[in-house]
Amino acid sequence: MSASTSTSGYAVLAEGVVKQYKEKRALDGFDLAVRPGTVHGLLGPNGAGKTTAVRVLATLLRYDAGRAEVAGLDVARDPRRVRGRIGLTGQYAAVDEGLTGRQNLEMFGRLFHLGNRPARQRAGELLDRFGLTEAADKAATEYSGGMRRRLDLASSMILQPDVLFLDEPTTGLDPRSRGEVWEAVRALVAGGTTVLLTTQYLEEADRLASHITVIDRGRAIADDTPDALKNRVGGDRIEVVAADPGDLDAVAKTVDRVAGGGLVVTDTPTRRVHAQVADRVAALTEVVRSLQDDGIAVEDIGLRRPSLDDVFLRLTGHGTENHDAPEVAAA
Amino acid sequence: MTTLERNPATTDVRRPGDGPGPDRGHGLAYWAVSDCWNITRRTLTHYRRRPVAIVWQLGFPILSLLLYGYVFGSAMKVPGGGDYREFLMPGMFAMTMAMGFMNTAVAVVTDASKGVVDRFRSMPMAPSAFASGRGAADLVVAAAELTILAVTALLIGWRADGGVPGALGAFGLLLLLRFSLIWVGVWLGMLVPTPEAAGGLYAVAFPFTMISSTFVSPSLMPDWLGFGAAWNPISSTATATRELFGNPVAGGGTWVEQHALLMAVVWPLVITLVFLPLAVRRFQRLSR
Repeated sequence: MSASTSTSGYAVLAEGVVKQYKEKRALDGFDLAVRPGTVHGLLGPNGAGKTTAVRVLATLLRYDAGRAEVAGLDVARDPRRVRGRIGLTGQYAAVDEGLTGRQNLEMFGRLFHLGNRPARQRAGELLDRFGLTEAADKAATEYSGGMRRRLDLASSMILQPDVLFLDEPTTGLDPRSRGEVWEAVRALVAGGTTVLLTTQYLEEADRLASHITVIDRGRAIADDTPDALKNRVGGDRIEVVAADPGDLDAVAKTVDRVAGGGLVVTDTPTRRVHAQVADRVAALTEVVRSLQDDGIAVEDIGLRRPSLDDVFLRLTGHGTENHDAPEVAAA
Repeated sequence: MTTLERNPATTDVRRPGDGPGPDRGHGLAYWAVSDCWNITRRTLTHYRRRPVAIVWQLGFPILSLLLYGYVFGSAMKVPGGGDYREFLMPGMFAMTMAMGFMNTAVAVVTDASKGVVDRFRSMPMAPSAFASGRGAADLVVAAAELTILAVTALLIGWRADGGVPGALGAFGLLLLLRFSLIWVGVWLGMLVPTPEAAGGLYAVAFPFTMISSTFVSPSLMPDWLGFGAAWNPISSTATATRELFGNPVAGGGTWVEQHALLMAVVWPLVITLVFLPLAVRRFQRLSR
């Protein structure tokens, strides 16, 4: 069997996967199809099942029902061979802090059964590629968060995997390190690797992924390109930031009248009211005039394209974080 | 900023699916040994990079050795006669071996909480290698610890009069105890959630090592405590090694003390039989 042929033609395929814990059904008929050579985003609120899905596909967790295939191999029947085709970067930078960067990569290379010399060579190559050559012989404890993450990514790429799982790879990184990780991921994909990326940062999925699956309560609830998902939420939105929180209701009423039947969202902590509009310019003019007539002070007003946050809100009925979901007012 | 080439590998990175498979023509047994050796090597590299770690690990036994030997030593009487420091040393060796399971537990929980265990499990290496490699490395480190302790003991006047075969047998029994406790350490390491929580195990481990024949003969304790101390596996190893080293034994008349040599073999076997399967099961349960 050749490396890239799969019975399904997908690099990753999940069909009706169920993972039941004692008290909770973490995956409840989860479906996923990832085309080879793409970055596929897996988005969802905390506890939606993102990490469980990745752990199942990366052979770390057994599932209870359904079917899962990675690189054309059945995950349940052939976990050892699947492990020879995948790379995994989990939520923590899984590097051995007692070793240097080079020792880490050489050890993982030998454990991938490369043999001593190729493991050494491959370590050198990866250190070079990830800009870690200078720090290669320093202990990983001395690495910055971004460097540790890059070493972690390098470790998961030793075999040049067919499929790379990235589970929230930039959580806790500063913007610069995040950019470095993104660049590394893009280069990998250019080299032919398929990436399944889970993230809580919608911007990250927007930047990297050509395809997105939204997961909520263990089930895929949407699967499309980022643009199509945004279109599904609707066209442009008008957004008003009230100067006085006491005016929020009045602002919402005005926006509702102009938007005409669309869902009006009021986000109290940020004093924002937004809604989808059909005719952007007419709506903006009308809202500005109307608010002026009523003497309502406005801090900011504008039009914007829907963000993936809006997609989230629309699809799941709550935002990325369950606890501070803005209140949704049906018009 | 990193510059990345389009085509990642210039080294011939073997594709397991195309070539001879992830096993490169070798059997599973070959990889079980080879992967085990690589994990062993990893742990030993930790110590090579920070040799001072061994000194820290030995800090407590060496300190106890000096405190009990010199501060309390003159007030201590060995029942049946003999020098207290001669009596104490084999006890300290046994206690150091016994406390070693804490090092195993802390190392395992650290790997588990940092995602290193997950990384190993997502790789095509032999599943047994993580525990076997850990165990092999721990035994090498334990042998080094025993050497350092024995040299320290010799320096402060301890003598083994039992001859070379006796001394070798004694060291063998000590390593056997350490071996059996590796599996307790691996099991506990996968049971506790964080390295900090593992530190709390000292509170249990410390009295456990004290209520034994390490420092005083169980015959000097209250009956109920002495009974527990006599049946403590550490006591059997301590008493047996005292006999083999030719040091004062000060054993009581109970059956378990009379058969210390036998029990110093039986206890570790029992502990291994109980905890090795528990550790294996715990490791497998990670995938449930």
